[in-house]
Amino acid sequence: MSTARVLTLAAGFVVLALVPAAAGLLNQPFYLDLVRRIMIFAIAAVSLDLILGFGGMVSFGHAAYLGIGAYAVAIPAFYGIHSGLVQWPLAVGLSALVALVIGAVSLRTSGVYFIMITLAFTQMLYYLGISINAWGADDGMRLARRSQFGGALDLGNAVVFYYVVLALLIGLLWAGHRLVHARFGLVIRAAKSNEPRMRAVGFATYRYKLAAFVLAGAACGLAGALLTNQTEYLTPSYMHWTRSGDIMVMVILGGMGTLFGPVLGAFVFLLLEDVLAAWTVHWQVVLGPLLVLIVLYARRGLWGLLPGARHD
Amino acid sequence: MSGLLVLEQCLNGLQFGVMLFLMAAGLTLVFGIMNLVNLAHGSLYMVGAYFATAAYTRTGSFLLGVLFGLIATLAVGMLVEVIALRTLYERDHLDQVLATFGLILFFNEAVAIVWGRTALFTTVPPALAGHLTLLPGLRYPAYRAVIILVGLAVALLLYVIVSRTRLGMLIRAGASNRTMVAALGVNVRLLYTLVFGFGAALAALGGLMAGPIYTVQPGMGDDILIQVLVVIVIGGIGSIRGALVGAVVVGMVDTLGRAFLKPMLSGVLGPVAANDAGPALASMLIYILMAAVLCFRPQGLFPAARG
Amino acid sequence: MTEGLLSVRGLRKRFGGLVATDGLDLDVGDGETLAVIGPNGAGKTTLIAQLSGDLAPDAGAIHFAGQDVTALGAPARSHRGLARSFQITSIFGEFTALDNVALAVQAHAGHSFRFWRPARAERALREPAREMLARVGLAERAEVMAGALAHGEQRQLEIAMALATRPRLLLLDEPVAGMGIDESQRMVQLLRTLRGTHTMVLVEHDMDVVFALADRICVMVYGRVIATGAPEVIRANPEVRRAYLGEEPAR
Repeated sequence: MSTARVLTLAAGFVVLALVPAAAGLLNQPFYLDLVRRIMIFAIAAVSLDLILGFGGMVSFGHAAYLGIGAYAVAIPAFYGIHSGLVQWPLAVGLSALVALVIGAVSLRTSGVYFIMITLAFTQMLYYLGISINAWGADDGMRLARRSQFGGALDLGNAVVFYYVVLALLIGLLWAGHRLVHARFGLVIRAAKSNEPRMRAVGFATYRYKLAAFVLAGAACGLAGALLTNQTEYLTPSYMHWTRSGDIMVMVILGGMGTLFGPVLGAFVFLLLEDVLAAWTVHWQVVLGPLLVLIVLYARRGLWGLLPGARHD
Repeated sequence: MSGLLVLEQCLNGLQFGVMLFLMAAGLTLVFGIMNLVNLAHGSLYMVGAYFATAAYTRTGSFLLGVLFGLIATLAVGMLVEVIALRTLYERDHLDQVLATFGLILFFNEAVAIVWGRTALFTTVPPALAGHLTLLPGLRYPAYRAVIILVGLAVALLLYVIVSRTRLGMLIRAGASNRTMVAALGVNVRLLYTLVFGFGAALAALGGLMAGPIYTVQPGMGDDILIQVLVVIVIGGIGSIRGALVGAVVVGMVDTLGRAFLKPMLSGVLGPVAANDAGPALASMLIYILMAAVLCFRPQGLFPAARG
Repeated sequence: MTEGLLSVRGLRKRFGGLVATDGLDLDVGDGETLAVIGPNGAGKTTLIAQLSGDLAPDAGAIHFAGQDVTALGAPARSHRGLARSFQITSIFGEFTALDNVALAVQAHAGHSFRFWRPARAERALREPAREMLARVGLAERAEVMAGALAHGEQRQLEIAMALATRPRLLLLDEPVAGMGIDESQRMVQLLRTLRGTHTMVLVEHDMDVVFALADRICVMVYGRVIATGAPEVIRANPEVRRAYLGEEPAR
């Protein structure tokens, strides 16, 4: 990574780290809440970028893991299990398992079949969520208490929770960065570039793509656990396929295959949503065509516009 | 569980299947011929329902509602094709999916702006509001019977067009080789616009028939779209025959599952557990079916031969 | 004599109404260079695809080094010692030439479920890759994006990638396709250095290349072999001339 890039990143993280202080000074806790929410979606977007941007797998079913992660926290809480040490590993593990099953079936196909199948499976999970009355059906569930970790790690404290999310985001970015340059990452990226060539050279690409699919699902499951802690509520609509579309837009907007771009994309998308929503309750009528135009004309994404672009 | 009840649910399954077919036919045609994944197809279904309902409410004539719904949606479809979709034919599927997703957001909101977010009131037209006695003890809503008949008629019409007419030949040829067809002097652009418009009209037909029995509200096309995708995957992308078979199968499995899985499980799991497990499993059935088909026939049941 | 390194029996493949491979038999001895020639549409590329594992035959058997590989996919065959270059250049355009070859090395250097260490820092991958690039004459171009290489250089890169997998048998599908005279000659020189140490099955249209390299020639028409033998024998074979020219040449 070029120096300009590293500096841009560092600057970004410093800004994020200062938000709680700034919000406190301005006496606007809303900003803290907003940025924290955006960072959670950024985690989801980064996880999608691994398979979409680097792997070329157009999975329209990624929101499913937001839902699974969320339910993995809310359901135990419903039954009195509030320990984050139980809930969060469950969120990640369950998401990984579901990703394994869905990926195993879906990755046997490619192209448009793959897109449709991932869409279909997500919707299946959504319907599953709506139909289970004990867990709120389509009204959803309240989260009784935020995940408990004991000691100083009190997610009930807005600032502590904020830094937990920030730490996880930075951690994910760092791990992702190492991964895409390691052997595994190269295999995924080269498979996107030319899969027949990879197979000719001796890579059994299916297993690597499946592994990437599972990792991405697991990371998104973590985002789901964070999301339900954030809103203290969850509905099956977290898993609706249109939610997958939102996350995908964040990735594209920020820059596919850049890992950091999706973070930017999440910020712009959600802030835009807020701004437009204040302007008109029908903001989606603007967002729709805007998306179409972005896709048609601005494919490189915002990350490509920042200093240090086009290196690597 | 009486035989007549099963028969009635089979008819419901057929009715749902026929509506899925109307959507699937348009979607699979557009994909087969233009290689375009159009997620906004569900929006055309919705728009058809809205136009028809508005016209019916305004004029009191169901027939006028149907005509207006079809024609207006045809126009909207062709307009969308010319303005937004032409550039997408050359693009990869990701771009197409994202762009048409943007169209969904637009249409859902546009419809809410014009008609509001609450469901639109609509009823089955009085002429069709009665019941038909199909068998002793089996009375079936006339309206649903009409839907089945219309759907089957459209299927027959499509079969005749695609396999027996020159237009159908052009369509099939266009599917395999666009440049060849263009070289023959056929106006490919016009052909594509017409095919898309036709697909839109089919979706609208499905939507306007669905209106009186389902709810007319923003986003009504989003969920059925996924079921249509399941139909196409099972039937084979690009194949009308596959769309029909897939649609009927999906329609039946889904309807029968929803109707009978809960009572069937009740005996095994007890009524309380079955109350949740029944609908939950029923809602997953068609996806499990899709996964099963894919294991054995990854290209679907009747894949269209692509050039 | 045994069947040889590669042995094909009764290979069949049809696409709808088109029979691409029609009961084909073939033997390739260890260390020999076999050229497969034939008019367009003879099914040569389909044959290569079935030999490399990219395409499953409808019927028939393929034995490599004494083992039945018919059911194996391309990655497994690569690990048995088969390597392929493609008729239409197939490389990783967004990666450097060195990256391209290093990937081929990586495929045969253990598994790739390594998530932490940068692969580009692994000398065990980079050094052999540099060697291969040097071998094919691309040492100076190691850091150039593969997509930016000249056409001839890309074909050379394909050979480097094939060699990097340390194969026993190379399947080369029109290695000089689209190359000018100089580039072709360089390629032929390179392939000459491989004769003897590597077994090669070479599909080619350029007869100069064929006669410069082949120990044996096998002629395919409509999915079957109509003649096989030493170059001079083939050159004189009337059936071959008829297949290529459509009639007896009026000389």
